[in-house]
Amino acid sequence: MDIPGDLKFAPSHEWVRVEDDGTITVGISGHAQQQLGDLVFVETPEIDHECDAEEGIAVVESVKAASDIYAPVAGKVTDTNGALADSPELVNSDPYGEGWIFKMQPEDVDAVQNLMDPDDYQSYAENEES
Amino acid sequence: MGIHTALHEVHADSLAKLVNFSGYCMPLHYGSVIDEHRAVRDSAAMFDISYMCILEVVGERATNWLRLMLSNDVAKLDIGSALYTCMCLEDGGVIDDLMVFKLSDFQYRLYFDSARRRKNLKWLNGHLSGKVEIHEVRDNAVIAIQGPDAIGLTNLAMDSLDLPLQVNELKRFSSVTCGEWFVSRTGYSGEDGLEVTLPAGQAESLWKALAEQNVVPAGLGARNTLRIEAGFGLYGQDIDEDHSPAESGIARTIDIDDSDRVFIGRKVLEEHRRFGGRYFQVGLTLEGQGVLRRGAGVQLVGQSIGQITSGSFSPTRSASVGLARVDRMFTGNCDVAVLDRLQTARITSVPFVPHGLSR
Repeated sequence: MDIPGDLKFAPSHEWVRVEDDGTITVGISGHAQQQLGDLVFVETPEIDHECDAEEGIAVVESVKAASDIYAPVAGKVTDTNGALADSPELVNSDPYGEGWIFKMQPEDVDAVQNLMDPDDYQSYAENEES
Repeated sequence: MGIHTALHEVHADSLAKLVNFSGYCMPLHYGSVIDEHRAVRDSAAMFDISYMCILEVVGERATNWLRLMLSNDVAKLDIGSALYTCMCLEDGGVIDDLMVFKLSDFQYRLYFDSARRRKNLKWLNGHLSGKVEIHEVRDNAVIAIQGPDAIGLTNLAMDSLDLPLQVNELKRFSSVTCGEWFVSRTGYSGEDGLEVTLPAGQAESLWKALAEQNVVPAGLGARNTLRIEAGFGLYGQDIDEDHSPAESGIARTIDIDDSDRVFIGRKVLEEHRRFGGRYFQVGLTLEGQGVLRRGAGVQLVGQSIGQITSGSFSPTRSASVGLARVDRMFTGNCDVAVLDRLQTARITSVPFVPHGLSR
């Protein structure tokens, strides 16, 4: 699966896109959804929840197991993807688009720059697999 | 990653996700557990279950010996027919659950998961007496074809291989032997279907002939979600040495009709069959969102009463269902720990999805 070039990645396999208004959109990578398999349930965070970086704030459940989704940077949750309540499979079919999970207002938007570029993430994910 | 079955190359070529299962390298799925699950409910899918261990029990006293060793009674079997049974300890705990086929008055076949191979062989050999022998049947592959279209499509596949086998007249829970092939109308999915034991060298040609008939390959993931929906227990999860069959949802495997029959564990098993044991199995459906997982605690008005032994998302019901072992019967709702908080679950009759032939 092609990774859009404007994304950043956390080591825990979330992707992050910085929007024009300074918020960030977060989802899980194509690699992560593939490893998890068919998703059957996504628990999105509460809006206005203030979280630390690397705090588990959402859960995705596949047929096999439940996995935490971590906030890639510190900040406040501003929106969640309501479509996932009825269609968790969007995370499998379109992880970088319709399958986004939540949006945040980061405390410090520059913190996003410390995350991995798509190329670095790609090799990181491949190494982790082998 | 474990022993390769005769179909390993085919699985690898299909980009199956492979995992170790009871020492065998087996497909977990070929892309999507849910699609494979639906194929079985809607049409037909095939599973490589060559990790099954096959034993033949032969000898003049084979019937009498199996009537002693097994909780169900092989005396009621006609030649060719099959029985689901447990093999129990003296205290009623289950050593394993298995399928037994009667091939003749002096020959039976036992099928069970290889997970308990050593334990079962040790137990059976330890109880051998004169005029009974046990042989392990090796170098075979076992393919399960399951789903409402399984019989028809398998028949077409066998025709295309010029096999002289007619599977469409096979009765439920019966089998037919044809040369080195052994075919039974049995399964573990809650749908109609077949299980075919054949020489390892011929497995690939049958698999490919089935694929030509649009029978899709399915892995252990779908096998698990299907058997949970069908209410079938899995040894090591829902069934174990610490509980009798009656405490594991399979009291039906205890046959006490013949009051003269002596079988291992009879004293406890007969009591549990008549009056129940200390524990009960119940089916639960989660009311809220999330998935019931094995090990999750079950509570009734704040009191712990047991735990989930198998749980999953049910693709057919679009809800999470699970089997639980609890220490008391109750009706209505209970609470289960899901995602670190208590959520409401509702007692549901098992099977969660009616078996194919009764729909």
